Amino acid sequence: MQKLSGKSVYKGIALGPVIVLNKSDEKVKRIKITDTDLELSKLEEAGKKSAGQLQKLYEKALKEVGEASAAIFEVHQMLLEDEDYLDAIHNMIQTEMVNAEYAVAVTGDNFYNMFANMDDDYMKARAADIKDISNRLIRNLTGEKEVDFDSMEPSVIVADDLTPSETVQMDKDKILAFVTVHGSTNSHTSILARMMNIPALIGVPVNLNEIQSGMQAVVDGFNGEVVFEPSEEICDEAGKRIKEEQEKHNLLETLKGKENITKDGKSIDVYANIGSVGDVGYVLENDAGGIGLFRSEFLYLGKNIYPTEEEQFQAYKQVVQMMAGKKVIIRTLDIGADKQVDYFNLGREDNPAMGYRAIRICLKEKGIFKTQLRALLRASVFGNLSIMYPMITSVDEIKEIYSIVDEVKEELDGDGIPYELPEQGIMIETPAAVMISDDLAEFVDFFSIGTNDLTQYTLAIDRQNERLDDFYNPHHKAILRMIKMVVDNAHKCGKWAGICGELGADLELTGEFLRMGVDELSVAPSMILKLRKEIRESTVTVRE
Amino acid sequence: MRKFSYTIKDEVGLHARPAGELVKEAKKYKSRITVCKDGKSVEATKLMAIMGLGVKCGQLLEVSVEGEDEDTAYEALKTFFETNL
Repeated sequence: MQKLSGKSVYKGIALGPVIVLNKSDEKVKRIKITDTDLELSKLEEAGKKSAGQLQKLYEKALKEVGEASAAIFEVHQMLLEDEDYLDAIHNMIQTEMVNAEYAVAVTGDNFYNMFANMDDDYMKARAADIKDISNRLIRNLTGEKEVDFDSMEPSVIVADDLTPSETVQMDKDKILAFVTVHGSTNSHTSILARMMNIPALIGVPVNLNEIQSGMQAVVDGFNGEVVFEPSEEICDEAGKRIKEEQEKHNLLETLKGKENITKDGKSIDVYANIGSVGDVGYVLENDAGGIGLFRSEFLYLGKNIYPTEEEQFQAYKQVVQMMAGKKVIIRTLDIGADKQVDYFNLGREDNPAMGYRAIRICLKEKGIFKTQLRALLRASVFGNLSIMYPMITSVDEIKEIYSIVDEVKEELDGDGIPYELPEQGIMIETPAAVMISDDLAEFVDFFSIGTNDLTQYTLAIDRQNERLDDFYNPHHKAILRMIKMVVDNAHKCGKWAGICGELGADLELTGEFLRMGVDELSVAPSMILKLRKEIRESTVTVRE
Repeated sequence: MRKFSYTIKDEVGLHARPAGELVKEAKKYKSRITVCKDGKSVEATKLMAIMGLGVKCGQLLEVSVEGEDEDTAYEALKTFFETNL
């Protein structure tokens, strides 16, 4: 039995046999050879076989995920035929008299490092492709079989990290969980895990050569733990918990299509927080009433240049169309603080949470802001869109925003481009905004309370600092009073107020929020039905 | 030998896929085709080398064509860059 910890990407629990992928290259041994021609012909044979496999993968991907994603396998085929790559392998076989798989492993490593060291994030990520093709060649040389994903039973996938060719081949119904040594929250593994709602642990210090396919494993995404070859006791316990989770899940499924209404008739909107167009599927799947916070940063992150107006317009348009008339609240660029983007050249700040970020950047760099506003106003024609501005501290900022919006409208009129002015609201995430929420309410259509920042600013506690965890009380009375104040001030002006921070999904507070008269709670898609259940079991009328 | 300069307009730059297309195009001709960025010159038929240049949007490339079919190749490559990159 071996127990290891890692970072959990998705909370869930799984029990099943392990399949180990891409074991490390250690097993490629250097062997002195005498017949170089034989090695070269083996290499050629393996090359042909690899090309054939990639062609099949390309066709499979083309059918299942479309041309754009399938193209990677065409590129893989070309990389395999690359002269420099092949020359280096040939040379090594001929001059050093070594076996082909060793020459491939060394050459693959060299090219891997060349890409891994480039200053461009996109090119860095291509290192994984080099590794992918080199491993494929080696497998075909040694005759080791590729994992047969078609005939595998539902399994826990254990890997260094997942390569694109692995992710596309996996039958999604046959994956119980992921456990990887590497990978970030944006790696293929994490994205896939969140999409599929299966437990996944990344950054697990597992020695892939010690783990055998077929071993049993328990993956606990709640505690961030994996147990290989678990005892009978642990298996029974896991089995019980899986059953419980399944029952909970089934129960929640029955809540789809039902209203978010308390026993005594008080209703509230439950919307979803999302961070990319791809997340809309989960919004619909979990039956959210709308999107209460669409973080637009995804358009800016992981790139080298600013997204164009057209690119943004297409993304916003797609989301509002997919939501078919349901409300979609898009928050304008909230970059800075913990979200840094190289090409913004923001520079290092001593206190980024209180620094040059969000609306402050937008008001100073009007060009960037206007591009986004143009895209938003244009997309507004296609559905029920609202704009939300982050990090507001004063009425003047709103006035300034509105004058920029007016400029954008004039420009669009001048260009003859159709647009609509959507509902406009603000995030309430600074204590200043709370204190003047009565004034702010007159200028905007709605408030959405960002409890994460509001809590850290109010309690003066840096959320990233683990040493402060003992002092951190998310249910602090100060925060709850602030929320009440904001809601009351909104209602006095006939406006609505919601919560889009983590606190909105805190089931211990749902009753209190209902009593305060909060109009909307926006939470992660996976929390929608849990929250609905809590609401439907609540009573808000205070008993005398 | 014939030469032309081209500034990449494609937002993603000369990434894997467009680089692959370029290699395919370059392989159609007998001429030796090279792509040069910041004094570093690589053959257009070598995908890893092209990707290794890390060409981004807005960067200037110099393309040289030399060989028996250089006129045809020159025109074709020029059109290729203008329509794809």
